[in-house]
Order: sequence, then structure tokens, then C-alpha cells
Amino acid sequence: MPHSSAHSARALRDAIANGQLTAEAACQAALDRIAARDPELHAFHTVFAERALERARALDRSTGPRGPLHGVPIALKDNITVAGTVTTAGSKMLATYRPPYDATVVERLEAAGAIVIGKTICDEFSMGSSTENCAFGPSRNPWNPERAPGGSSGGSAVAVAAGMTPLALGSDTGGSIRQPAAFCGVVGLKPTYGRVSRYGLIAYASSLDQIGPFATTVRDAALCLDVISGPDPKDSTAAAVEPPKFEAALTGDIAGLRVGVPRGWLREGVDTEVMARFEESLATLERLGAVVSEIELPHSRVAVPVYYLVATAEASANLARFDGVRYGYRAPDSRDLGEMYDRTRDQGFGPEVKRRIMLGTYVLSAGYYDAYYVKAQQVRTLIRRDFDEAFADVDVVATPTTPTAAFPLGALRDDPLKMYLADTFTVSAPLAGLPAISVPCGWTDDRLPVGLQLTGRAWDEATILRVADAFERTRH
Amino acid sequence: MAATRPDIDVSRVAALARLELTPEETALFTRQLSEILAYAEAVQQIDTTGVPPTAHAGAGEPIWRDDVVVPSLDRAVVLKEAPEASLSAGLFKVPKVL
Repeated sequence: MPHSSAHSARALRDAIANGQLTAEAACQAALDRIAARDPELHAFHTVFAERALERARALDRSTGPRGPLHGVPIALKDNITVAGTVTTAGSKMLATYRPPYDATVVERLEAAGAIVIGKTICDEFSMGSSTENCAFGPSRNPWNPERAPGGSSGGSAVAVAAGMTPLALGSDTGGSIRQPAAFCGVVGLKPTYGRVSRYGLIAYASSLDQIGPFATTVRDAALCLDVISGPDPKDSTAAAVEPPKFEAALTGDIAGLRVGVPRGWLREGVDTEVMARFEESLATLERLGAVVSEIELPHSRVAVPVYYLVATAEASANLARFDGVRYGYRAPDSRDLGEMYDRTRDQGFGPEVKRRIMLGTYVLSAGYYDAYYVKAQQVRTLIRRDFDEAFADVDVVATPTTPTAAFPLGALRDDPLKMYLADTFTVSAPLAGLPAISVPCGWTDDRLPVGLQLTGRAWDEATILRVADAFERTRH
Repeated sequence: MAATRPDIDVSRVAALARLELTPEETALFTRQLSEILAYAEAVQQIDTTGVPPTAHAGAGEPIWRDDVVVPSLDRAVVLKEAPEASLSAGLFKVPKVL
């Protein structure tokens, strides 16, 4: 069995607070679980056993006030910097890179008493939906190791689903938290753009990237978001809005809440079993007092191509920094600077990253900029407007998180376009800057998890968390 | 779905992106980028007359901080990550430029 909810972050924190468990014992238990399960599942690229145990012992000795995650082990996607430890973003380009600074989320987690236990496998520079694009991957789905865990934050989803750590952070650009959460049967939250600082997150597409939590319960995801969110002088896109207390929003009451379902969009092609679990979830929400109605999001039907034009354009600019000069890989024996750049980038990047840099460079190049890049940004506006109109009538938008349950590893490897379609329902929320959560909603006949996605208004994570929590309570 | 677009000069794009592709990669990307762009034709067909582009989904005002000098990363620590550097001179090193 992948996990036991007895190991929720809250339960662990409370057991440590009550003296039933030391932080060191909790940390050792996580390390033992990793040692037992990770040889098969490969969620982790690096595990900091000594660093983690040392911090746990320091927490056990401390007599000061306790943070809300005191003693709770957490795993981080390997594109979030931890000072002095290897941070690869899944790329050969950064195989030995040790960033000299902590990400803001790492500072906040550690200030709250969390123990960073290691770094998880991810698709290279977050470009992928299966972890197969990782230079050190892939991870395997704990419910069926022949299946993909989803991506790009696949290792973080696996760590939580397999009970190695109660919490993990990932990053989501086009679905990279929600899609693996759905595939692995855990909760995954992408906050509103600007809710969480991106300082120390290795950039993929800067107008879309956002850090968020994986957890076994909605309450733990809320607790983690409480810790990591808020303004940051080091990130000018981290909004100057003080976040509410998300955990306090989980009242269990959704009577009268209006849920919109974009039926037209869903007709694009959803697996029958996934659709059946989705319809059952809507019935559950109605039983809880929610009012379900049909809405239109007409431009979301082209959200996938819009996403791949916008995100690759931004990636081609962001990844220009990997040039073999200041950090990371450098190709040996080049005759001059130009050759060093070209060979470093050819040898350091994997095929999917090159494909996206090429696409992004093309759509930004003279003669194609207006036809592709500007056009995609205009349709991005229409996608946002559709949501604005829908949110005049409903409080949340519900869809399946993914069109299918976890696909077999290797099945889509040689067909990038088909792999991109795994993002069908997840790319709209980041294009519109909106928060969205995936919460487990049932199983296929093959015992693979299915996810329900709830998208909310900008800055209103509280409502999607409240709905997801009320829904989750009916399933335990 | 796999309509081809003959106008993608993959070698030119690779030069712009500073990637030295192998002949195999050039052939593969020529085909795959054509397929992806053919798929993106659906975006081209949408009427966007008078629609402003969205570059950023951020919710409003730019955020400013006070312009105060604070310590930044130590030069020696930063240079330690460089593939080649002169620690004594405090400089990155690269192959000859010309």
C-alpha cells in the first residue's frame, strides 16, 4: 500500500508536540521509509540524511516557540535551491551545481520547523509530464511501477504517495503539480500566480511558474501553503497581498456553493472511467449542498497550443543563461567562445529541452513573432476573459485533472505532441494566473487513482481548499 | 495533424538558439516542430481583432522595494561554481573570443 494517512503532517507535528515522538525519530522513520521504497520507486535524486538528522536533533533540543511544521520532514522538487546542496533541475547541465543560496520557500519552511530531507526527481527544467525527460529519472508510480508518476514534479508526488514524506513541494507551469498528484492519488495545489515567491526556483516560463505543495490531505496542503505564501522583497512578482489563514477556511460547509462544469471542453476526449469518477464527484458535491451548473470556456479548447507557444518562448529566453560561463556544465576543448556556447548547450541539454528551446526561438524570431507569439498572448487574454465571465456565475470550476489515469512508462516517449495533450485540463489555470487543486476522487478498474480538479478565482485558494476538504471528508 | 510546414529552417533556428545539433537531431526536429506548429494552427484561426496580449497573469500593480544596499553573494563562493575561474583575480574564464 502506498500510504497511510496516519502520517499526515499535522498528526506528526502534534505527536512531536505531545512528546509521543521526537523530531529525530520522525526524521529517521522518513529516512527508513525512503531506504525501503526508493530503490524501486526512485522518487529522490538526493537525500540529505545527515543534514536532516542534525536539524531534527537541534529542533528536539530547542526550547523556543514551535513552528507550525515543527519536526515535519519535507521533500523538495530538485529545481528549488537549498544552499550548498546539489540542485540539478533534472539536467546534466546542472549535475554538480551547488547553489550558494536558499530559495525563499526553503527559508520559510525551515523557520516553521520543517526538515528538508532531500530533492526529488523531475523532468529536465520542468519540461515533461512523466519524469522520463529527467537526466537522472524516471520515477515510478507507487500504485503500479510500470506506470508514469506524472510530471514534471513526479518525484515529489511519489514521495508523498508512498509515505516517504508527509509533504513535498513541486512547481507547476502547465500542470506539473496537479497532473502528478492525480496520477499518484495525492493532493496537489497550484496557488494563484504571485502567491508564493519564486526566488530560488530555477525558471522555466516565468509568467506561469508557481511553487505549491503535495500532501496526503487537503488540510496539510493548506497548512503548507500558510507557511510558504506571502510577499517577498526578493521576488517582484510575489504579490504584496498578505495571505489569509488557509487552514481556517476548511469549515466543511459548501452548502449553496456554485460549481461550474465546462461540458463543451470535456467533450474534447476524456477516458470513460475518468469521466465516470468525475460525474460521481459532481453528485457528491451536490449531496453536500453545492449547486452544479454548466458553463462555457470556449477558448480553453486551444489552451494546450497557446501554452506551448507562450511557455517555450519564455523558456528559450530563460535558458539562454546556461552558457558554460558562470555555473554548470562546460563542454571541454572548445577552440573559441562561440563553439564553447554551442557545444555546451548541445551536450548539456536533453532532447525535450532542446525541442522547446527550438520552438520558442522560432516563435520569437523575426517574421513569426506576431503570427505565433503575440497571437498566443492574445488568445491567452480570451482564456482569462472566459474565466472572468464564468466566475460571475459560479464559485469554482470543476473538471477532471487529466484526460486519462497514469499512462505506461515509455508509452508517449517518442510522441511529444501526444505527451503535451496530457496537459489538456491543467494549462488553462496558469495561463489565467488562477489557483487550482487536484484532489483524489476514485479509481479506475486497474486500481489507478483519478483526480478531480477545482479551479478558483485569483487569490481565492480558500474556496477551492474548502471544497476539496469537504469532498475529501466524504471519502475517508 | 501532421501537415508539414516547409518554411522552418531548423539550422537557422538552432544557430539563433546557440545549439549545435547533430544531423539526426536536425532531421528529428524538422519533423516534430512541423507537427507541433501544424497543431498550433488552431490558435491562428481565432479572431483576436482588438484583443490586447497578456504577457503576464500577475494581478496588477508592479511591486517596488526600497533601494537599500544589502550584502550580496560572496564573490569567492560564486566563483566556486564556475567551470573555470581565476579566484585570485576574481574573474570567470572563457576560451578566446576571436
